[in-house]
Amino acid sequence: MTISKFTRRAIVGMIAAAGIAAPAAAEIDYTGKTIEWVIPFSEGGGSAKWANFYAPLLSEALPGNPTIVVKFMPGAGSTKGANWFQNQEYKDGTTVFSSSGSTQFPYLLGDPRVRYEYADWHPVLASGTGGVAYLNPEDGAKFDGSANNLKDTDFIYGSQGATRLDLVPLLAWEMLGMNVEPVFGVKGRSDGRLMFERGEANIDYQTSSAYLGASVGLVEAGTAVPMMTWGALDDDGNIVRDPTFPDIPSFKEVCEATDGCETSGESWEAWKAFFIAGFPAQKLLFLPKGAPQEAIDTWVTALEEVKARPDFAEISAKRLGIYPQMTGETAQLALDSATKVPDDAKAFVVNWLKEAYGVELK
Amino acid sequence: MFATALPALGDAWALILQPIVLGYLVLGVVMGLAVGVFPGLGGIAGLSLLLPFMFGMDPILGLALMIGMVAVVPTSDTFASVLMGIPGSSASQATVLDGFPMAKKGEAARALSAAFASSLFGGLVGASFLTIFILVARPLVLAFGLPEMLMITILGLSMVAILAGRVALKGLAAAGLGLMIGTIGEADAGGSLRMATYDIPYLTDGLKLVIVGLGIFAIPEIVSLLRQDRSIAKGASLGAGWLDGVKDWFANIWLSVRCSIIGVVVGVIPGLGGSVVDWIAYGHAVQSTKDKSNFGKGEVRGVIGPESSNNAKEGGGLVPTLLFGIPGSGSMAIFIGAVALLGSGDIEVGPGMLKNNLDITYSIVWLLALANVVGTVICIAASGGIAKLTTIKFTYLAPFLFMLISFAAFQSGQNFEDLLALFVIGLIGIFLRRFDWSRPAFLIGFVLSNPVEKFTNQAFQIASFRFRKSFEEGIEYIFSPIVIVLIIVTLVSVVLGIRQAKTIMAEGEVQSGSKRAPLVFLLVIAGYLIFALINANMIPDYNMTDKVIPLVVGSVSLGCCLILLIQMMRRPEGDAIFADKEVAGEDAEAPYGLWGTLLWFGALIAATWFVGFILALVGFLIAFFRFRAGSSWLQTLILTACGIGFMCLMAGALNRDFPPGLLQAAVELPWPLGGG
Repeated sequence: MTISKFTRRAIVGMIAAAGIAAPAAAEIDYTGKTIEWVIPFSEGGGSAKWANFYAPLLSEALPGNPTIVVKFMPGAGSTKGANWFQNQEYKDGTTVFSSSGSTQFPYLLGDPRVRYEYADWHPVLASGTGGVAYLNPEDGAKFDGSANNLKDTDFIYGSQGATRLDLVPLLAWEMLGMNVEPVFGVKGRSDGRLMFERGEANIDYQTSSAYLGASVGLVEAGTAVPMMTWGALDDDGNIVRDPTFPDIPSFKEVCEATDGCETSGESWEAWKAFFIAGFPAQKLLFLPKGAPQEAIDTWVTALEEVKARPDFAEISAKRLGIYPQMTGETAQLALDSATKVPDDAKAFVVNWLKEAYGVELK
Repeated sequence: MFATALPALGDAWALILQPIVLGYLVLGVVMGLAVGVFPGLGGIAGLSLLLPFMFGMDPILGLALMIGMVAVVPTSDTFASVLMGIPGSSASQATVLDGFPMAKKGEAARALSAAFASSLFGGLVGASFLTIFILVARPLVLAFGLPEMLMITILGLSMVAILAGRVALKGLAAAGLGLMIGTIGEADAGGSLRMATYDIPYLTDGLKLVIVGLGIFAIPEIVSLLRQDRSIAKGASLGAGWLDGVKDWFANIWLSVRCSIIGVVVGVIPGLGGSVVDWIAYGHAVQSTKDKSNFGKGEVRGVIGPESSNNAKEGGGLVPTLLFGIPGSGSMAIFIGAVALLGSGDIEVGPGMLKNNLDITYSIVWLLALANVVGTVICIAASGGIAKLTTIKFTYLAPFLFMLISFAAFQSGQNFEDLLALFVIGLIGIFLRRFDWSRPAFLIGFVLSNPVEKFTNQAFQIASFRFRKSFEEGIEYIFSPIVIVLIIVTLVSVVLGIRQAKTIMAEGEVQSGSKRAPLVFLLVIAGYLIFALINANMIPDYNMTDKVIPLVVGSVSLGCCLILLIQMMRRPEGDAIFADKEVAGEDAEAPYGLWGTLLWFGALIAATWFVGFILALVGFLIAFFRFRAGSSWLQTLILTACGIGFMCLMAGALNRDFPPGLLQAAVELPWPLGGG
């Protein structure tokens, strides 16, 4: 297959060099085409894992069975790739793009680097995920479903930065009255986990797939104790237990049980807003601006075909966890909720970032 | 644990030694060698290409294919570092120091085969060591906390002492400048901008190693050779052949053993990656050699040391990858992703790997070793022939090299600014070389800038939390037994290094001349440092983590510059401090000037801005061959067609785009003329 693609590109190249433009396809058929799926992160992250899961399945389901190549364009915490995608106009549907919670947060917070506009793009898939926070065994023993006995411990947490997805756990722990000192500058959540394993950090959180893949082993070995998940959204928009981890309480439950933590009011609303922006629709797949309805429908149909595979529930649960994989209209709704945070919540978080960590978004 | 290890090892060999598995391995190796031709592209591009085929593939076949490809990239990029002085990846930085001078002496084949023999041996030592070590690695790896990693980084940095050159202060300032250039961009910890602005998004990302490596080492050498209009091997004759290289390696087998072990041990520590390994190995090679006068001028031990360590390091790097799921490099990151695609998706790289898939783990370790063997044998066989490249008149090679390095630079960020950055860093490299400021020291500083800052900040943060609890807990955290041992090793290495530095001249003999030019260069560097210091000082205090390293490093470097300035004022002309390659020697006697030569490269970049890379390249190649090289029109057209054809074939096969220009922004053009 490599050889044939090789020759094909070479022939295309020769035709091009001769100055003859290749004929444009009128209908949506990707036969012989290569679709580039651009991920604004590096190769090792959760988005890569997610795209690598979907790419071969989509390749089978799209008309003409195109080759799908996942292309990585990391930089500036994903803003760079998103800014690039903003400048792409729909041509023949061979360029698609995915964002993640870390792309959404700077957008929401009015980061000066953001030059992209979600409203211009066409979402066809939105995947949720969750997160699990866990403690070292010593402090885990003090955890009784509330954080009441954890308020005197000095926690150290390896963090990627307060304006990224880590905003959600950091704010949650603060609301519980826990004293968590983030050590900033950790490059990925796996580095944070390593810090925890070395005993340099004593609290950690991982997104679901990474928790399933690596941290469960720590729990089984007794070197980590799960504390809480961020929960999941039910159909009415309420936070409920994460179905992937039915035995672990959600932050909402822990907050209710903890003295001084309120599940209402401005901090709760802000936390919830950013949780909704960051997790239940964390990874989205977009067609670029100007995509015709026809193309959107083709992708949605293909994604629904993927979801209808008899083995989909099993393979996706294993690789991604049990989370909604939303297509079409639902994906659009998910995007809306992921990119529209009430002004109060935004103002609260901007102020909190400044006061707690000295981060100024100017 | 050992009781389960032996049967698993047996299972692994049974899996590997099937003809079809070996066939896939060889296929992967051949593909890896083809990809490795491109400096700076490496395993990531190759693996991305394989990814679509991994889904549901028989695990052992997929592993054989992928490992075959990953394993030989650090082997094949030795070609570029020895023959052209281009450090293809961080694995081959130190190889350039002595490998390229050997090529210039006409000993390219000897250098290559010594390098390959060392690589092969290093790979095998690494695999043997790992077979046992991987069983007990986990607690040992976890013993390396942030203070320990910081100390290893500092040990790497201490190699600057050896490579500082004749005037130690200049070497120190060069390393400081490298560190400062490495801090450009958005800080990891607090996100403050250093010497960057959001209006130029390119700078916020910082500069990439590929670009700095190419700019500091490759461009000055290419420009210098082009000015002299000679072949790489002086007199266009080849001396020692490939057999001599293998004999050299065998004569230095114990050095090779020691450097392999250095490689595997440092490779095991997650987060350090390969950036320090080859410098530590090079430093060790220097320190353990009695007659140090040949280092930097083509000492074969300077090739054997780093090359033994870099393939062993690949093996060591499997430990964090397989045991912790933490990739040590970009290609390992794709590898992790691809392993999850294999078979029914049961193999999950991470902590469960040893328990559930020990046989697969061993298969990976030994497939890597086997791939090294296959790749090395092919490379040694080819080295005699490929070494002939060094006898070609350089005027015919240079345009292709400009083409290759521009493309390689563009691949690092897919931005036009990559080419500009390459040009600017190239200029810095040219002047560092001209005035005998240690380029290796600069590169070590740049490479280790990020780890130094990261580990210092994080270790400092954690240590301060510990100290707040109790003094003892803090001291215990910072001065662990491992840290103390590393401090002693570092001190010994610095003391020995300073004593030896004067005998190691990475730039060869450099004559000294008048005061003016070296003084101007010193003032420019000092000016940059002052500007960077002011810039860092403007970062608000709550983001102390982002400013402390630039402030400290910048001040020390500026201090070195000031002392140098005083020395320059007091010493007479002709003192070693005024080293200047334009005074006497090859560069000074070259028939072509620096700026005229550099203009060719500048023109290629400028034309790319307007009409995109491929069209610019067509014009550049035609103009260069016709007017600079004086070829006939027929020859010019054939050479141009070869260059363009090669570029399109490689980029097409690897699914890579070319830099677009204003033309492409205005008009839709098909690949390869357009953006892709």
